[in-house]
Amino acid sequence: MSSPVQDLSVLHQRREQRLMLALALPALLVILLLVVLPVGWLAWQSVYHNGFTLENYRRIWSEDIYWRSFALTFEISLLVTLLALLLGYPIAYAASVAPKRWGIIILALVVLPFWTSVLVRAYAWLALLQRTGVINQLLLQLGVIDEPLALVHNTFGTVVATLHILLPFMVLPLYATMQQIPRDLMQAGASLGAGPMLTFWRIFLPLSLPGVLAGCTLVFVLTLGFYITPELLGGGRTIMISMLVSRNVELYDQWGAASAVGVVLLVAVGAIFFAVSRFIPLDRVLGQK
Amino acid sequence: MARIGARPSTQRGRSLDQGGESVDIKAASKSYGAVRALDDVTLNVAPREFVSLLGPSGSGKTTLLGILGGFVQPSSGSIHFGGRDVTFLPPHKRDIGVVFQNYALFPHMTVGENVAFPLRARRIAKADWAARVRAALAMVGLSGYEARGIAQLSGGQRQRVALARAMIFEPRLILMDEPLSALDKQLREAMQIELRELHKRIGATIIYVTHDQREALTMSDRVAILKDGRLVQIDRPERLHDYPADSFVASFIGEASLLPVRRVDASSVALGSAVLKSARAIPNGEALMLAVHSEKLLIADGVADAALNRLTGKVTDIVYQGESLRVFLQLADGTCLSLRQPSHYQASRLLPPVGGELTVTLHPEDTIVVPKAQEKA
Repeated sequence: MSSPVQDLSVLHQRREQRLMLALALPALLVILLLVVLPVGWLAWQSVYHNGFTLENYRRIWSEDIYWRSFALTFEISLLVTLLALLLGYPIAYAASVAPKRWGIIILALVVLPFWTSVLVRAYAWLALLQRTGVINQLLLQLGVIDEPLALVHNTFGTVVATLHILLPFMVLPLYATMQQIPRDLMQAGASLGAGPMLTFWRIFLPLSLPGVLAGCTLVFVLTLGFYITPELLGGGRTIMISMLVSRNVELYDQWGAASAVGVVLLVAVGAIFFAVSRFIPLDRVLGQK
Repeated sequence: MARIGARPSTQRGRSLDQGGESVDIKAASKSYGAVRALDDVTLNVAPREFVSLLGPSGSGKTTLLGILGGFVQPSSGSIHFGGRDVTFLPPHKRDIGVVFQNYALFPHMTVGENVAFPLRARRIAKADWAARVRAALAMVGLSGYEARGIAQLSGGQRQRVALARAMIFEPRLILMDEPLSALDKQLREAMQIELRELHKRIGATIIYVTHDQREALTMSDRVAILKDGRLVQIDRPERLHDYPADSFVASFIGEASLLPVRRVDASSVALGSAVLKSARAIPNGEALMLAVHSEKLLIADGVADAALNRLTGKVTDIVYQGESLRVFLQLADGTCLSLRQPSHYQASRLLPPVGGELTVTLHPEDTIVVPKAQEKA
């Protein structure tokens, strides 16, 4: 049962779809060139060396260093994510409830470190944390400690510096979500008899969860692949996955092995997010209206 | 110092009829910097009364509601509920129901969870929730909607949920901030009648903010007219309409043409060259306005009644508005006014075509002369 009018509207719809597709084409092309092709090449590298081989994966599976490094990487990522959430949530909350001008100042302070290179900030932390660094000197002079604390060249230093660099990635999505929460809802909560605590736990916090999810995802994924900071502040003892990749390429010229590590990391992250999405009702967290 | 009264018990009966709380606003003012949003407002509301705060935007009505709700601190003055000073009491301890303009329903909760929220806040045993939520939803005609999400509801249904949520804890005072403004006309009018009946049933005191005069007149026992942060007049709807305090109230309530007049003596004024008699006392003062309600002008039927005021002019336009006709008339001295005629055969037979001459009568009892409202400096 098609009338000429219906035919026309279908025709029009198709033409519009084609137009939209054409508009999206440049972006798709860039993604193909910069994401799909390199990742495909990576995957190919990992299984092809003078013929098809799973040798690279077998080595990751059997060698202890890979296991430990993967475990450490996920551990540090989780820790950094958790700390970033604990530190970032109050900052974002303050920025979102403060008067407009103060909110902007708080956000500016959060974003300010972005303007300094990651390398510079890593060295700055080194200067602060090392045995003869500012913090140890101060504590020694105050007599709080007798000998310098090991604040750097270990997991502690890595976590502190990584946390510092990635904090904005937690604060910004949190702030964006919190700003969307209508103030009316807090007033409504209060008028219905809820004190500040109940209003926060039952209204504000649940409504800010999309931001929590976004911030945690960003920080977690970014930490997984973090390289410069752990390299400089880990002191060769805290070996994260990214460092194994770099070593395979630079020291041993093992592109296949490096690729395999990358592929395993990619698959692992994919698996984690799949599992998380099965346990957390994402559509309920994200799709609330 | 404020005397902060004990929080009334929330464990009362199940009838939802808890009676009302009296509200006394004493010389309340609120300034934002140099702007005086509320200027020395004193207002007493009796228990069980339905009072509307009516005024154009920026008149201070929302500020006043905010002060009553505890969201806004008055710069000076005090607020009393049932004799208790609540000026410094935070919102969550005031025990009043508030219905917000955009309902402010919690989007992450179901209808049932929304309505039960005040019970949670009051630490009422969970076992009692279901029955009370059911009763509250039944009250607003939404039985069986407990498990629905807020996004699945229409505007009118959200409005009802907001009402149920504000009533479930049986507050003796309910504040409403333009709760019907987002609904379409038909639904709004139906809800006005429903709110009226609901008010009679639950017996709570209701303070209702609106900028819609018709809405205010339909529902309220008394209407408070606010302008530039000041209370201009508070009275019963029919008194506001027929005995406006000044030209601002006259222009805001009903459909009136306001014409400048001169005082002749205690019972007559001059409109241009015509002298109009009034059965009311003419206020003293120079700046006087005649408020001619368009429904009070009748087409002269040829019988000369000397007691009536007569105005003759040229019909400049006739607008057909369904149930009535609005006729625009220009008097000889150029003054324009309008009258409304029910659209029936009799009226249309008496009306001349556009451009024709028409004489209308105004009864001295309906000849309302008011002082001209002062413009804000």
